[in-house]
Amino acid sequence: MSWTWFHRFGSPPHVYRLARRLTPWFAWPAALLILAGLYGGLVLAPPDYQQGDGFRMIYVHVPTAYLSIMIYTIMGVAAAVGLIWRMKVAHAVAASCAPIGASFTVAALATGSLFGKPMWGTYWAWDPRLTSELLLLFLYLGYLGLRSAFDDLQRADRASALLAVVGLVDVPIVHFSVVWWNSLHQGSSLLRLGGPTIYSPAMLAPLLMMICGFTLYFVAILLMRLRGEVLRRERAASWVKEALAT
Amino acid sequence: MNATAAALPSREDIPSALDVAGLALMRDLRLAFRKRDEIAQPLAFFAVVTTLFPLAITPELPRLREIAPGVLWVAALLAALLALEHLFRDDARDGTLEQYALCGRSLTWLLYAKTAAHWILTGLPLALVAPFAGMALGAPVHALGGIVITLAIGTFALSLIGAISAALTLGTRRGGMLLSLLTLPLAVPILIFGAQATDLAMRARGFAAPLELLAAFAVLGVTLAPLAAAAAVRISLE
Repeated sequence: MSWTWFHRFGSPPHVYRLARRLTPWFAWPAALLILAGLYGGLVLAPPDYQQGDGFRMIYVHVPTAYLSIMIYTIMGVAAAVGLIWRMKVAHAVAASCAPIGASFTVAALATGSLFGKPMWGTYWAWDPRLTSELLLLFLYLGYLGLRSAFDDLQRADRASALLAVVGLVDVPIVHFSVVWWNSLHQGSSLLRLGGPTIYSPAMLAPLLMMICGFTLYFVAILLMRLRGEVLRRERAASWVKEALAT
Repeated sequence: MNATAAALPSREDIPSALDVAGLALMRDLRLAFRKRDEIAQPLAFFAVVTTLFPLAITPELPRLREIAPGVLWVAALLAALLALEHLFRDDARDGTLEQYALCGRSLTWLLYAKTAAHWILTGLPLALVAPFAGMALGAPVHALGGIVITLAIGTFALSLIGAISAALTLGTRRGGMLLSLLTLPLAVPILIFGAQATDLAMRARGFAAPLELLAAFAVLGVTLAPLAAAAAVRISLE
């Protein structure tokens, strides 16, 4: 089997062009899915029999919370690829993931806090999921802080990549320690044994649309940031002038 | 060819990785005993922080007893963090760390020795002093043994985790703040189960379960942390 398709991802011009070509293919479906999901979730879906209209927060809260963890995983894997195969583009991917992931984490915390007020009667509770989300934010901040503390890009790449890999090992440990420590949050309603607890298709379909839409939106933003990151790293290279001229 | 071979010591003359690690451990201990104030400073810091809580909250012992495990653990965590800055800094500055990386023997073992020495010099004294601070916060006498054991194991795990972030921040401009930001989220499990074990010990209940989890983290740290720290030192020496 030929691995040339893989090696091409190590080439910044190729990745730059690919990212530019692919961005609209993710951005437009993301916009359509999010609009459809919002309409379905905020207008069409019936109010919850227990939580009333307050439950509609899940249409933003669940996708952001899921992406905050997903992006950390992607960042960690990209960082590991960069460390092991010394692939510059992988470091660029990890570096582009971090600010997006941190933003989604903040969004998940903010929506969770707004969700908590009508449901639990308080904006903040030291609930395990909230707490581990907060700790995830600290991990992102540490990663960004470590990156910015180095003047030399290569050392920043390698040191922060190692931190991301250490974090990848530690995130589940931190999560389960916090879960054993205290519990108030409702259990997961989508991915669990025995199928989702949300049965009504009118409620579930918009949520799935929002999750897919947010994921595609993340990919589109990642591709755009990646282009910027690649250009910044390769600003001395001749292909950049050609690529920007067209 | 024979001339160069004769000039180099044969493979048996070079000490093994374990011997080298033992030498590094003894060296760190000997150096530390020549600069005793560096051992005393984290302890003094620990004592000052635990003193602040009664002043800020209440002098009543029953109320202090409620928060004592948390106070002890947070103070110990902060003191250990301050001490972590010294773990590699001096050796990085005078080039010792570079020699360790170049000596041809496992850097992982050498860093393991350095971390162990660091724990003997900071974590262990902290665990031994903690009962006094605990009594001042209203801890009953039967809990003092539990406080020592939980803090000793907890600070050991903390030293191992902290070695990774200490090595990562070696080449950076503002190390101290960043070191705390990197280490504290990773140290959360230690804080949770350490404080829980101390709390149970103070209520005269069995604290084996959180203590065993704490020990599990220490074992995980022993197996993985020096590997990551060695990779981080190599990156910072590049």
